Amino acid sequence: MKLSTTTRAAVLTAALAGSLSLAACGASNESGGTGSAGTSSAEQLSGDLVGAGSSAQQAAMQAWQAGFNSQQPGVNFSYDPVGSGGGREQFLAGAVDFAGSDAALSDEELTKAADRCGASGVFELPNYISAIAVVYNLDGVNDLNLTPATVAGIFNGSITTWNDPKITADNPGATLPSTTITPVHRGDKSGTTKNFTDYLAKAAGDVWTAGAVEEWPTAGGEAANGTSGVIASVGGGQGTIGYADESQAGDLGIANIGVGDTFVAPSPEAAAAVVANSDRVEGRDDYDFAISVNRTTTSADEYPIVLVSYHIGCVEYDDQAKADAVKAFQAYVISEDGQKAAADAAGSSPISADLRNQAQTAVDAITAAA
Amino acid sequence: MTATRSAPPETRGLVEQSRRLPRLAPLGLFGLGALAGVAVSALTGFSVVLAVVYAVVLGTLAVYVASRSVEGTRKALDRLVTCVVTTAFAVAMVPLVSLVWTVLSRGLRRLDGEFFTSSMLGVVGEGGGAYHAILGTLIITGLTAVISVPIGLLTAIYVVEYGTGRLKKAITFLVDVMTGIPSIVAGLFAFALFAIFFGPGVRLGIMGAIALSVLMIPVVVRSSEEVLKLVPNELREAAYALGVPKWRTIIKVVIPTAIAGLATGVTLAVARVIGETAPLLITVGIINGTNLDPFDGRMATLPVFAYYQLTQPGFPPEFAIDRAWTAALILIILVMALNVVARLISRFFAPKTGR
Amino acid sequence: MTLTTAPPEAPRPKRRVGDRIFAGSATGAGILILLVLAGVAVFLISEAWPAVTAPAGDIPGGDGLSAYIAPLIFGTLLAAVIALVVATPLAVAIALYITYYAPRRLAAAMGYVIDLLAAIPSVVYGFWGIAALAPALVPFYVWAEDNLGFIPLFAGPASPTGRTMFTAGLMLAVMILPIISAISREVFSQAPALHREAALALGATRWEMIKMAVLPYGKSGVIGGAMLGLGRALGETLAIAIVLSASGGITFNLISTSNPSTIAANIALQFPESTGLDVNTLIASGLALFVITLAVNMLARWVVNRRADFSGAN
Repeated sequence: MKLSTTTRAAVLTAALAGSLSLAACGASNESGGTGSAGTSSAEQLSGDLVGAGSSAQQAAMQAWQAGFNSQQPGVNFSYDPVGSGGGREQFLAGAVDFAGSDAALSDEELTKAADRCGASGVFELPNYISAIAVVYNLDGVNDLNLTPATVAGIFNGSITTWNDPKITADNPGATLPSTTITPVHRGDKSGTTKNFTDYLAKAAGDVWTAGAVEEWPTAGGEAANGTSGVIASVGGGQGTIGYADESQAGDLGIANIGVGDTFVAPSPEAAAAVVANSDRVEGRDDYDFAISVNRTTTSADEYPIVLVSYHIGCVEYDDQAKADAVKAFQAYVISEDGQKAAADAAGSSPISADLRNQAQTAVDAITAAA
Repeated sequence: MTATRSAPPETRGLVEQSRRLPRLAPLGLFGLGALAGVAVSALTGFSVVLAVVYAVVLGTLAVYVASRSVEGTRKALDRLVTCVVTTAFAVAMVPLVSLVWTVLSRGLRRLDGEFFTSSMLGVVGEGGGAYHAILGTLIITGLTAVISVPIGLLTAIYVVEYGTGRLKKAITFLVDVMTGIPSIVAGLFAFALFAIFFGPGVRLGIMGAIALSVLMIPVVVRSSEEVLKLVPNELREAAYALGVPKWRTIIKVVIPTAIAGLATGVTLAVARVIGETAPLLITVGIINGTNLDPFDGRMATLPVFAYYQLTQPGFPPEFAIDRAWTAALILIILVMALNVVARLISRFFAPKTGR
Repeated sequence: MTLTTAPPEAPRPKRRVGDRIFAGSATGAGILILLVLAGVAVFLISEAWPAVTAPAGDIPGGDGLSAYIAPLIFGTLLAAVIALVVATPLAVAIALYITYYAPRRLAAAMGYVIDLLAAIPSVVYGFWGIAALAPALVPFYVWAEDNLGFIPLFAGPASPTGRTMFTAGLMLAVMILPIISAISREVFSQAPALHREAALALGATRWEMIKMAVLPYGKSGVIGGAMLGLGRALGETLAIAIVLSASGGITFNLISTSNPSTIAANIALQFPESTGLDVNTLIASGLALFVITLAVNMLARWVVNRRADFSGAN
């Protein structure tokens, strides 16, 4: 079969034209930075601001980007949710301007940070706080109380049915079925697992002996990928129990966790409260607000299973524009507006006034090298 | 036949052996068997799955037994195989239909104008779109194809037409090795390669294209090789006999003969990489705004976009999850379009076959 | 099948310029592949080396590299084998149905639909797997535990969510089905018409014709397609990561919640939050996957080459 060159060309042209016409119109919500010009009177900045790290912060980061861009439309902001480890590594290698991380820098990483940031060191701000709920799916049970030792027993596999004496002891008067418990844990390495196991190790150390780890340490139970995977697995089974960000729990049952003599349900306020009343990690720089969360709190206003995710950056940047951009961004993130935006978009817990004042000192200190 | 009764019995046997079931009989028999199957399942406690299983098994049996008694064992076997093959096809369609149905029913919710014209810059919660990701995927996949198809095709031609001795063996072997590269390793490789020259923070569209090429080239080579081998040697020999040089034989005879298969192979290869997520996570990253320059900075791509929208949906999660399914639907539509192009190519460029 | 006598060769005496350029660029492409692969190999080995030489206690799990990788290799092979065992016969049947059984008009459309399914991104398969496939299989697992529990494969206890090795294998089978069937279809439809018609003319039934003329001719193509499918099954990352509940060691129990992970899924799940030696360990497991796929492919080559007489260009 012979075909004229023109017909062949026509096919190609049509294909090209199709893709070009799509390219030509541009994104309707992007109007070259002037459309959503800021109403704030602050000095207008420009340049790039690049962050990378925790994927847990992705949804909040999206909200912060939206808010920050409306103040500073000239700054080209991007955040790559590569994971906390990757974020810290890229930050220390100088590849990104700041990192989002579910864990503070380790001592080893701090020595590397000295090369990256010079003598003035790093800032670490606990800007993203999220309560981790113990979620379950069990027909007919709408209210569930669990002490730390019971939670640890369920997740290490020593409590296997819902009518186990230890669970009934926590829930006097409730009728619990004899359904088998299927504990669901994260199959991927995650800061959520690290914080959850840290809680178990500190609050129920005699039952939970595997320590605080990012990768689920024991065999058995069901493994799921990511918070959405845990929610899907818990929701998809019967007699399942797992741990996930409180904001994502949806229709699932949420257990009240034993704190002191009472049982506390996760809430943004209780999560922020426990972080505010926790001690800083000792031996750190002035602006390094790494926190050791008080998992064994006995206050009924506090909920101890929280994920704390940091923003990590340099106190001193080589470049003035960079320093200004980081400073402006962090100032926005810790502001009430910024925290509210994150709470609306990601269900996080806004930081307390004390934490804000503390963080403000770090933000004020961000400068460019002379 | 004007045969008389005195015709020799052999002839008669040969002619009359073709006693056949009437045309629609197998269908009717199958239906009867199937009805019996449904009845059996109804007696033993009704469930749709069991009913279908019983129906198919009994239907097939009915056809086989009837055919065996009327038409003999060979015919019966043929009918049995027909039933089995058709059933297998139907069985395979079940998950495929379920999958398409799932994607369609969830993806159509956000398949609106805004999805195609808007990016995610400054979008929180509802709204937003994948304009940036659609273009990013088109650009990166296009680059990948531009890199992979010539290399893959030439390699296949080398292996089938030119290659001799040790180099051919080595290349065949190495292409096999390449098919075994896990996608995430391809991403790590591309990343390490660029990190040497541009430092560890580098994220470029072209890095993604190279990572995907590492995955795509072996698929192109393997499928093209398979297809080129099927071109009958008589065609090549005829061309040589007419004094046509080898390279012109390849371009004018071998490739056009094989073009339909080549196009299918390339389309499959593109399809293989267009939905690849893991390497792009590492090499291209994600941004919320539009970036159309594959040599400058991060780009958004549909699979990565869908992955993050699904796994990090924010609060409330419904909006992001809807966006993710729609992104998946668009990926499928894109590949569908590619398929049409491949079909057009094979229709326009293939020589008419003898039959 | 003795249709070739001597391998065809271009006229020897005068090699034209065009020939030289064409042969040169074809060779060049082949050599480029060699270089890329060398690059990948160097990268893999150099990155995996620290994990190989590290003391056993430093490797995640604390029992050394082989103890870390062994269950992963097992899981990878198990999932891929389930997929291949389920998908190959179905794919061949589909290909035969489309090429020789389906009504002519429908056949093209059906082929098109199957082709499209090869294109669905693995993330989508993963979410379909967890949203539709896994829940649908739960009743079967419960039934299997009760009635087939004496077979170790179905020992149970049955997973309440259906996210088991069996589900993962089935999902992989669905994923590779279009790949195998597309290639098989291509090969079956290329079976020489003369052979087919000769068989029919001799009074063969349709199945006998397929058995005698089509299947022998298409065998190497089917195996090639199966190997491409196997390559995808072995290296499949995100779909497995989403669907499989990977929380156990080596076990043949296909229907419980504790399953071995696969290499690729494990890399995807652990990589983002890993640093230092953990990364090296993951890359070492990637190297293992590389070697496994290589071995499988070599085996396939060997099988195909034994039947090489059937390819036209030999």
